[in-house]
Amino acid sequence: MSIPTDLKYTKSHEWARLEADGTVTVGITHHAQDLLGDMVFVENPTVGRKLSQGEECAVVESVKAASDVYAPIAGEVVAVNGDLEASPEGINKDAYGAWMFKLKPDNAGDLNGLLDAAAYQAHVESEAH
Amino acid sequence: MAELKQTPLNAKHREANAKLVDFSGWEMPIHYGSQLEEHHIVRTDAGMFDVSHMLPVDIKGEGARAFLKRLVANNVDKLQHTGKALYTCMLHEGGGVVDDLIIYFMTESWFRLVVNAGCADKDLAWMETQRDKFAPGLEITPRRDLAMIAVQGPKAAERLWQALPGSEELTRPMKPFTAVLVGQMFVARTGYTGEDGFEIMLPAKAAAFFWQALLEAGVKPCGLGARDTLRLEAGMNLYGQDMDETTTPLESGLAWTVDLKSERDFVGKDSLLRLPLSRQLVGLLLLDKGVLRAHQHVHTKEGEGEITSGSFSPTLNASVALARIPVGVELGDEVEVEIRDKRLKARVVKYPFVRNGKALV
Repeated sequence: MSIPTDLKYTKSHEWARLEADGTVTVGITHHAQDLLGDMVFVENPTVGRKLSQGEECAVVESVKAASDVYAPIAGEVVAVNGDLEASPEGINKDAYGAWMFKLKPDNAGDLNGLLDAAAYQAHVESEAH
Repeated sequence: MAELKQTPLNAKHREANAKLVDFSGWEMPIHYGSQLEEHHIVRTDAGMFDVSHMLPVDIKGEGARAFLKRLVANNVDKLQHTGKALYTCMLHEGGGVVDDLIIYFMTESWFRLVVNAGCADKDLAWMETQRDKFAPGLEITPRRDLAMIAVQGPKAAERLWQALPGSEELTRPMKPFTAVLVGQMFVARTGYTGEDGFEIMLPAKAAAFFWQALLEAGVKPCGLGARDTLRLEAGMNLYGQDMDETTTPLESGLAWTVDLKSERDFVGKDSLLRLPLSRQLVGLLLLDKGVLRAHQHVHTKEGEGEITSGSFSPTLNASVALARIPVGVELGDEVEVEIRDKRLKARVVKYPFVRNGKALV
């Protein structure tokens, strides 16, 4: 599966997208869900929580294991995807569609410090060896 | 790292795009795409597992029964009919579990044992030591020349008959926990899923051919991931997690496999009779949202305990666990499980959680 070029990525396998309204949508990558396998539980941060970059803020659990999700950039949580509570498998079906939460970034410019699709691809390949 | 051992079905797993992992030094399939789908297939239809990493061991010679009566905690005298199987623990002198195994009675001079992959070497060494002490004439033969395939699920029998023409007559009348020889195959009506099914030992060189025949009969390959969630739902212990050399069968939910009533002496019996019983293995059902996992701490009114096996249960769509907690906590009691920074509520429940496709909690 190809990595969307309109998103930014972290080495810890989150994706982030800057929306037209200035918020940033966050999810985990297709590669991350593939490593974890069938998702059975998602715990999102509460709306209003302020996150610093790299902070543990959510958990995804597959049948196999639990995995922390980290804030790709600093900001305040302004929305969470409630659908994932009932249907965590949405992440397996479409990791880039099944967003987890939205942030109001402290500084949207922080996104420039994240990986682009090519750099993330290279990171995934380097981890495979 | 040492090279991983491969079963005779390794090429079949690769052909099927299995995700392969290191399991006790063996390269084994964890799943072939979706662990959940594989789980449900076994509950509703039929799936198969390569369990060739487990080791069949033949005990042959005069006095085999007397030796086994001494070696294991369950009473081999329960085996009176050819093909009958017995689940038991093998203990060390201190009462801890060296391994859990199944013993099949074939003749008075031939019993077959099947032991865990991760314990195979130490089990053989242990059995040889005991043999040298109590029954020096017995032959103990590890059967690495055999492969083993478990076909499990409500449709296991009909699909096996399709895959193995001529087998129906011999296997249809089989009761659970018995085995028959079908040509070169040792077919046992046993399993580790809580469903009907068979565990079939056969010559390694015939394994890939038979696997293919099962595939063509509609049996889906399933990995060790599904095997683990299936056995947990079925309330079956996993060696190394739910019990090991530091725990006795009595504190591992396995008192039903220990014969303390007869006069028979067996290795570890003295310790079991002497040691106070302060811990018990119980089932837990998580009442809050989350997933129970091995090693999470459990808080009870009688003190602390620990989850030994925990997972999301695909059949119940909830999380269940086995946990070792202080005696005195009873069925129906609520306990708290520490998950990350929270304490979540769980109820002590009877297990198995699922049997023959049906939820029991």
